[in-house]
Order: sequence, then C-alpha cells, then structure tokens
Amino acid sequence: MSAKPVSLPRWADVILLPALNVGLAFLASGLVVLAIGESPLEATALLLRGALGHAEGIGFTLYYTTNFIFTGLAVAVAFHAGLFNIGGEGQAMLGGIGAAIAALLLGSLPAIIALPAAILAAALFGAGWAAIPGWLQAKRGSHVVITTIMFNFIASALLVYLLVDVFRPTGMMEPSSRVFADGGKLPFLHEIAASLGFKLAKSPLNLSFVLALASAVAVWLLIYRSRLGYAIRTVGANPTAARYAGISPERITILAMAISGALAGMMAVNEILGVQHRLLLAFTAGYGFVGIAVALMGRGNPVGIVFAALLFGVLYQGGTELAFDKPSISRDMIVVIQGLVILFAGALEFMLKPWIAKLLTRKEPA
Amino acid sequence: MSNPAIRLVGIEKRFGAVHANRSVDLMVEDGSIHGIIGENGAGKSTLMSILFGFYEADAGEIIVHGKPIRIRSSADAIAAGIGMVHQHFMLVDTMSVAENVMLGMEGGALTAGGLAKARSEIIRFGTEYGIQVDPDAIVGELSVGQQQRVEIIKALYRGAQIIILDEPTGVLTPAEAEQLFRALAELRRQRRTILLITHKLKEIMAITDHVSVMRRGEMVAHRKTSETNPQELAELMVGRPVGQPVRSPGVAGEAVLLDVRNISVTDARGVLRVEDLSFSVRAGEILGLAGVSGNGQSELIESLSGMMPRRSGEVFICGKPVPANAHAGTLRAMGLAHVPEDRQRMGLVTIFPAHESAILGRQDNPSYGSRLFIDQKAAIADTAGKMTRFDVRPPDPLLKTANFSGGNQQKIVIAREVETEPDVLIIAQPTRGVDIGAIAFIHRKILDLKAAGKAILLVSVELDEIFALSDRICVMCGGRLMGMRRTEETNQNEIGLMMAGLEATTGEHAA
Repeated sequence: MSAKPVSLPRWADVILLPALNVGLAFLASGLVVLAIGESPLEATALLLRGALGHAEGIGFTLYYTTNFIFTGLAVAVAFHAGLFNIGGEGQAMLGGIGAAIAALLLGSLPAIIALPAAILAAALFGAGWAAIPGWLQAKRGSHVVITTIMFNFIASALLVYLLVDVFRPTGMMEPSSRVFADGGKLPFLHEIAASLGFKLAKSPLNLSFVLALASAVAVWLLIYRSRLGYAIRTVGANPTAARYAGISPERITILAMAISGALAGMMAVNEILGVQHRLLLAFTAGYGFVGIAVALMGRGNPVGIVFAALLFGVLYQGGTELAFDKPSISRDMIVVIQGLVILFAGALEFMLKPWIAKLLTRKEPA
Repeated sequence: MSNPAIRLVGIEKRFGAVHANRSVDLMVEDGSIHGIIGENGAGKSTLMSILFGFYEADAGEIIVHGKPIRIRSSADAIAAGIGMVHQHFMLVDTMSVAENVMLGMEGGALTAGGLAKARSEIIRFGTEYGIQVDPDAIVGELSVGQQQRVEIIKALYRGAQIIILDEPTGVLTPAEAEQLFRALAELRRQRRTILLITHKLKEIMAITDHVSVMRRGEMVAHRKTSETNPQELAELMVGRPVGQPVRSPGVAGEAVLLDVRNISVTDARGVLRVEDLSFSVRAGEILGLAGVSGNGQSELIESLSGMMPRRSGEVFICGKPVPANAHAGTLRAMGLAHVPEDRQRMGLVTIFPAHESAILGRQDNPSYGSRLFIDQKAAIADTAGKMTRFDVRPPDPLLKTANFSGGNQQKIVIAREVETEPDVLIIAQPTRGVDIGAIAFIHRKILDLKAAGKAILLVSVELDEIFALSDRICVMCGGRLMGMRRTEETNQNEIGLMMAGLEATTGEHAA
C-alpha cells in the first residue's frame, strides 16, 4: 500500500517547490564546480554577469529563451493530453525545412506576405511531422515515445539529404541553402529599435521572441479556456472519462500532437528566419530536448514555462561566457547543470513534497 | 470481558488537516464477531490500517490479548496474530492457491517443502472450518467468492487469531455471502476473533455479536447486536434520523423510450460479454437490472451509452434507431443520460475542479460559452446552482473533484446527468460507496425522475436497492438475461438464484 498522496497549498506547489528544486540543483552543481577546483561563487557571478550583466548578454539570453519557450510549450501541450512528445528536435527540423522552402520561394515578395507564409509553413511542417506518430499512437497503439524518437532520426536524415542534394547551391562546400532574400528575414529587435530611434546592443534577438510570448498566451488560452483544451486535458487525465463524455481520445491524440509539433516547428522561426537566414545542418542543437526539462520545470503551465525558459536562457548564455572566461569550466559544465536541473525538477520533483507538507501542517494550529 | 482480544485506547491519527481518528477506543471480545460500521470517511479503514500496520497511530495504545504492542508494519501485525482480508484481494492471479498461500513464507530456497505444507494446511482448513478450495487451482480461474476464501486461508496460515475483513460481501452473490458467514461462524466457534467492517446494516444484524459505530473519526457507540436495531444504527452512523423513500408502484406510461433488441457486445479482446439481450423500458418506469458484477452489465451499459460499439442487435431511443457505433455525444443528443457505474474512472475527472467535472459530457454545450471557448463564469455559476439543488457539500465549485466525499461526487454526477432533462436514464451503481444519508437523497431523486415520466434503467449489484426502486427486475448472468419479474411477484431468494445462474423455475416472463 502506498502512502497517501500529500497535497500542498497552491503557492507552495507552484512557486516554493520548483524554486527549492532549482536551488538544490544549483547546490549540487556548485559541488561539482568545487570538485574541479574552481570557486562556485565566482562561477555563479561570472555566469550571471555573462547572461544578465550587459545589454548584449541579455539579448543573447532572450534569444535562447525564445527557443526554449517554443519547445517547452510543445512538450507541455502533448503532456496535457497524456502524451510524451520527445520528438521536438525532429519537428523543429521539419519546421526549418518548411520555413526555408517558403522563404526561398517567396523571399523576393514583401516581408508582410513572405514572413507569415514562412511562419505558417514552419508550424504546418512541424505539425505534420508530429501528427504521424500521433496517428500511429491513436490508431495502431505504437507508443509516441518510441515513434517520436525514431522520427528525430528520420528528420535528421531528411535534412541532410535535402541540404546536400536539393538546397545546396552548386559549387558551395557547406551543406546549407542559399541565404534568403530580404522578404524571408525576420527583423532583429535592435534593427526595429534603431528604426524607432532607440539604440539596442546588437544580438540575435529578433521578432520571434514576441511571437514566442504570444504563443505562450495562446497556449494558456487553449489549454485552460478553450473547449478543445478541455477535451485535451480530459483525455490526458482520464481517457475513459473522455470516452464517456463523447470525446474521442484518438482524435484528441492526433490533434494534440499536431499542435505540439506546430509549436516545436516554430522554434525554426527563431533560428532559421530570425538568425541564420538560411537552412543549415543541426540548427536545432538539442533545444528540442531541453524543452522537456523546461516543460517539466514549468509544470506544464505556459506562465511557468516562460520563466523556466528564461532560466535555461540564462544558463546557456551565461554558461558560454563562463566557459570563455574560465577554460577549466567547459561548456559541458552547463550540460551537467542542465542535467541536475532536470534531475531535481523533473525526476525528483516530489522528493521534497512530503517534507514541505509536514512543515506547513505543523505550523497550523492543532 | 476479562481478557479482550483487542483493546484500542485513545487512537489518534491525522492526515494533514484531516483528523481521521479522534481518540478512538475499542474493545473486542475474544472469540466474537465484532462489526464496525460507519459512513465513508468515518475512519473505519484508517483504524483498521493502524491495527494492521499500514499506518502508525499518532497517539494511543494497542493491546492485543492483554499485551500492549507497537505495530509498525504488517509484519508486526501478523506476528501479533492479526490477519486482514482486503476489499481488493492481494493475490497473484497466475499462481495456484497453494503458491499464493505460502507467498512470503516459502521456508527455504526450494519451494517443494513449503508447498506440501501449504497444501496439507489448506485441506485441513477446508475440513475444519468449511472453507474449501482446491489447493492446486489457479487463482485467476476461481470465482470471486473462492478467491476471498484464499485470502482468509492466507490469514489463517499465518497463524491469525484475529481476522479483519474489510467490506467482504461487496463482490459476492447472496449465496456466496451466506457461505462466508457460515465460515465466519465456524471460525468464531473455534475461538477466533473476527472484525467485520461493513456499511451494510443487514450483515451486522445477521452475523455480529457486538457492533461499534464510527462517525467523523470518532467512535460514537458500542452496542450488543441483540440489543439494537438497524434503525438505531443508521441514525448513529448519520447522526440524525434517516428516512428511506418509498416507491409508489405507479403505472408506467405507454411510450417505450428505450428499446433494446437482440443486442450482443464483445469486449476489447473479442470475448462475447453480452449475448442476444432484449428488453424495453417505458416512460415512467424503472427497470432494475440485477446481477453479480462482471456478468456483462458493464459492457451492456457501455454499449448502450456509446462508450463501446455493439456487435449486433438494435437499440431505439424514443423510437429512433441508434447507430451501432454512435459515440456518447450522439446518444446524449438523442436524449440519453448516463450515470456511470464507476464515477472516478468514468464520470468525473478527479484532478479537475468541480465546475469542470460538472460539465463533463456537456463540454460542447452552448450554454457554457462560445463555439471555441468555455465561459468559466457560466460553468461555475451553473455548478453552484446544481450544488445547492443537490445539497453537495461543501458547495464550492472551485474545489478539486477528488476532495469531495464519494457521496458528494456522486451527487455532482447525478445533478449533471439529470438536469439536462433526458428522456432515458441509465443509472449504474448509484449508491456505490455512498453514505446512508446520501443514499436516501439519491433514491428520492431517482423516484422523482420516474414520476416525471423518464425511462430509467437501474443497474445495481445491491439487491436491496433494486427491490426498493424498480418496477420490474431482470437478472443478468454470464452475459445473458436469466429472466424478468414484476417486483411485486418475486423475492430476493428467487432473484438471488437467477443471479447465480439458475434458470428461473417459476413465474412467467413479465416483459
């Protein structure tokens, strides 16, 4: 017989617990830093200064954050339907392919036409790529965890093939497409600011950051306020009750995967349309996987995901600067910290819960 | 009572803010059958879990056969001679009876010796106490009643002098329950002590020597069974007088609102669970469907309510044919409402706040918002109204569904299904796990619906409930209809025999 599930007040569940878990992860990371003979405090200071201490750093931090918001939201939507979408990476690659096709074909048109089309193409390609595992799960019972992982490999192979044999301009050695015409480039925020008369430091931060925040709002509305979101949450929480309610779990499984894939695909908007302005290999760089950690830390709630994405943005940017300043702390250290955050916030999420519950109830009068 | 088998003094247990046991005292005479009754959430299960070592009491003393002991795990409890038969059996289906019995006490690296001992003991218990089971039978192939015997034998094999039975008759036919009681009486004759936890007053009156009543975590009364009566016990449990509504044998209308013809249903594995079943329900009529659980009732309901397709046969609602693969939404639109047999598995989403559970199945209804979005305020207001009308406590639409008691969860489901003014209602196990006060309320609501001219199919494993509400009673066994009777023209004996699969010998088809 298992122990009774403990329940916490909402504020403790939503704020205190994640904060404590992240704190523990940093504490453990500090021990690792100590073990390689560096000062954890100095490392933390360098990391924070690198990420938040100067305007350019902040720009980079938010640029990374944008990727994590998209992939975190993607994982969260599937999660609400009871599905574990590990295929963010592959769906983002497909999103990139879609965006690139649109931008290459329509780039010479005005941006007002080309960009929405390219963004839509990114979302649609990602959605399609995720809907196939969704369909296989719904109709054939093939587990999405397995199929989405396999689809990551297929996507990666497809991307290589397209870049080498289709998109690569003749005579170019690097497997990448040509640079898009201006209509296919999302403006950088420092460019927009400049046109409005402000001066922002140069960074890869671009308009997709705004798109990511808007997506977070849209996903919040979808999950917690829309009829479709109600159906998604019902299927995720209790598929039998869904069937009882006349909701088809099969249909919702496919739809939720498609929405999830669309969000993952939109990560390519930031990388391909926003920064690189051409399709290239390995632009997803693991952001799809980090999205799982972001969604777990944000507890599936878009508000939490934005903050979790920001935390990972700080880690990425600050970690890069840290590795630059302190050669003994390599970039792998950041992977270690990420791993510890995932371990404490994800896998051991409820380790502290019983203790906190005990502490909180002890305070209450008998 | 010079030397009681069990004495509990001042047992205290809290789970967070919930005070599950408050200063509970209990004295159980050696060699007696002692009943413990109380509504759901009264603290019976917590108390027994403390006695069997699942939880440790925050305070209080446990004295077994005169010796104060500390029970920190079920191993301690077993060592003290306490055995427990759980409501949900703890058996390995694929193993034989003897293997299950010796589980955890195989006695060495090789099982041959332990098996032989278990086998001979099982046979000895069979002859001594009349608890007969084939030691070599595979547990998964035994009937529920026999599986329960295996659980009792397991306790005896571990040397239990005191046996706790948690709601033992919930899954049994009346005949099997009868056999269980005979075995318990035999155990009592041999000086074993039985603690019987139940919410069925009839069982308390039939078998126990003493009875203790719990309410809201407290022990409110101890009685000698011979000196009390069901009415008094019911009032002690609820804390106020309880009136049971009475069925008026009203005349059913002419219109046949639910017509089921030769329906067959196979489950997901392709096994035929409902075979060639036909019946009809008229406006203003309650048709009771009795049967031991697992005889095809679940599949029948799920098929009729659109949760699984039927294989063959026809169904008509209000005269209109129902497509074989119609989903639940289609059927609701045709005028069907469905109170499912398992509210937590089907009827509610326990992690949702109450107002979201209260629109389940109506999530696309225009009164709860626009085409794309749900108007949460409307849903909350609507739920608050339902909660007042159905006396749901606490009347808080924002409270998580799981935090309501079973009876109040059921009221939410019934309110939701009833208030859409359906023509046909399928109501399954309406009072399962519901406390006495709420039972009377729910029964009254069902009778009100009948008076309002609805056609009601009532599926229940509680014969008392079937008899209290139905105009006609039909019985399912092995997926087939064993017979149909007018309530006035039959009795629990006859229905009980039909539930056990014996073809009805007297009476005509009353359909």
